[in-house]
Amino acid sequence: MSIYLNQDSKIIVQGITGGMGAKHTALMLDSGATIVGGVNARKAGTTVSHKDKDGNDVELPVFGTVEEAMKETDANVSVLFVPPAFTKAACIEAIDAEMPLIVVITEGVPVQDTAEVWSYLQGKKTRMIGPNCPGIITPGVSLAGITPHTITDTGPVGLVSKSGTLTYQMMYELKDFGFSTAIGIGGDPVIGTTHIDALQAFEEDPETKVIVMIGEIGGDAEERAAAYIKDNITKPVVGYVAGFTAPEGKTMGHAGAIVSGSSGTAAAKQEALEAVGVKVGKTPSATAELAREILKSL
Amino acid sequence: MEFQAKQLFAKHGVTTTLGVVVETAEEARKAAEEIGFCVVKAQVKAGGRGKAGGVKLAKTPDEAFQHATDILNLTIKDLPVNRVLITPATPPQEEYYFSFLLDRSNRQYLCIASVEGGVEIEEVAKTNPDAVKKIAIDPGTGVDAAKAREIATEAGFPEAVFEQAVEMIESLYKVFVEEDATLVEVNPLARLEGDKLEALDGKVSLDENASEVRHPDHEQFEIREEADALESKAKDKGLNYVKLDGEVGIIGNGAGLVMSTLDVVAYAGEKHGNVKPANFLDIGGGANAQVMADGLDVILHDEQVKAVFVNVFGGITACDEVANGIVGALEILGDEASKPLVVRLDGNNVELGRQILSEANHPLVTLADTMDGGADKAAELANA
Repeated sequence: MSIYLNQDSKIIVQGITGGMGAKHTALMLDSGATIVGGVNARKAGTTVSHKDKDGNDVELPVFGTVEEAMKETDANVSVLFVPPAFTKAACIEAIDAEMPLIVVITEGVPVQDTAEVWSYLQGKKTRMIGPNCPGIITPGVSLAGITPHTITDTGPVGLVSKSGTLTYQMMYELKDFGFSTAIGIGGDPVIGTTHIDALQAFEEDPETKVIVMIGEIGGDAEERAAAYIKDNITKPVVGYVAGFTAPEGKTMGHAGAIVSGSSGTAAAKQEALEAVGVKVGKTPSATAELAREILKSL
Repeated sequence: MEFQAKQLFAKHGVTTTLGVVVETAEEARKAAEEIGFCVVKAQVKAGGRGKAGGVKLAKTPDEAFQHATDILNLTIKDLPVNRVLITPATPPQEEYYFSFLLDRSNRQYLCIASVEGGVEIEEVAKTNPDAVKKIAIDPGTGVDAAKAREIATEAGFPEAVFEQAVEMIESLYKVFVEEDATLVEVNPLARLEGDKLEALDGKVSLDENASEVRHPDHEQFEIREEADALESKAKDKGLNYVKLDGEVGIIGNGAGLVMSTLDVVAYAGEKHGNVKPANFLDIGGGANAQVMADGLDVILHDEQVKAVFVNVFGGITACDEVANGIVGALEILGDEASKPLVVRLDGNNVELGRQILSEANHPLVTLADTMDGGADKAAELANA
């Protein structure tokens, strides 16, 4: 089992013909994910050539719209590699087509565009992951995004993180145990799926035994997650927060990673998590060590 | 800065007085001769300018000259004052507070308004929180005339200025959405003599992503002279760099990993003379030789830096490419590369990457097996 992404996931790629889209379509296929086609209005009716994980040729159809792609392929996941100026429109198209899961990889989306998409999505049938995220991987089963699939295999750890490279780092640290699902929710100020959503899904997933939650400075998502954990999560949670040395008022790479006044600090987030019994590691490897101890005792 | 915020206000029909921005006391005198009784206001990106002595009333041009001289010598919250704004002195009858902002926690917009106190809004929020109204705005529907009226009513604007307030709320929302702001604040929003409503001071924060995508004109608002010289150089090269106060230069890939690297170096520094990370630098996914050289070039010109820690996890990027990038960068930099480099590589093609660095056998490069180990080594070298 896993969360959000499994063996029945049929993936299309919005922006399949672009540089990033083509590169990562190849990598997703190589991971064994079921990619059934892509969307580009200007190249509808053509195909793109790739190889599957066994090296066989595959021709993926390019459709004019998400709706058409869903009708023809039964796709239930869309991964977006669309330039930031067009991301809002691409999301709304997928939401209108009632795509169950959209994974928005694009970095640099104007935050008001994301806020509008989030508002539009209310009451609709779509779950959004991202934007500005590495996507989601259920190792050995499926990949919707850019997370390297060669780091580790399936296992008992569920991982939710704001950061891409820290996701990879943590998967690497715990590669001997493996992961049920690792999800990068993105570092923008407004995102679709949150730490809380992922925590809830991991709690309900029987394969996940330990949850690792990675946060960073900015906003109050970690504090909210801590409150949620207190009341709703029975599985052990291990945490890590990046950005203790970040100065106030400076954006640290991710658009959302900024300490404003005294709010959004790493120390406050660590404190909130520890107050509800989450063990928080001082470094990624110390965090992995905490998870390792719990995994060994299971 | 205030004068820039006012330019955006004026562009979208918010009543305000632009005033004159000057960089010398002599120009301040001239402006005051035109304006008469005026206020001389420091223009820096920081709050608390008044308390820092950066806002002064001037009755005569000579006074304006004197105040401008003093204020241009000030440093407010570490920012040098390089320009002052001269505006007519218009004593408010009443002061209000008004803002639109991105409410990231609730994934919507928020309007904050108070008719009881403008500049002392934080005090009001503490002593009389009910006087500070918070009204949620759905980004999907925004603020139209009806919503503006609803906000003005909720905020409790007095009848004499109510219609002006409604109009101003609509215009301020235009500033917020049409300029892609994350904050539009008017403080104080003043009721002047004759019941005239005017934005006396303001602040606008713009979304950098949106400026990049659809507001090429926003570049004019960036005043580079105040930025750190190294940050400015990094920006010219398209690098994601933040200067900090420390001795260990940092290069990594991915914002989260780099932030984490800074923390790990700071912890390691506790054992090595309390050395600290010197910067944040994320070279992103494609760590080729040129990007690595650009990054090293910026960091090695930071006089505080004693050692550099390169921490890369090869996800999509292969470690051999990164290793070639480092070797290539050291070739490009030649003699300018003069400080020890600790390199930790992991992930995709790590063996090949380490092999390339071992074979290059550069005298300045030390290989580390782990992130914690690399941080410790770099801190040790920076403390040597």
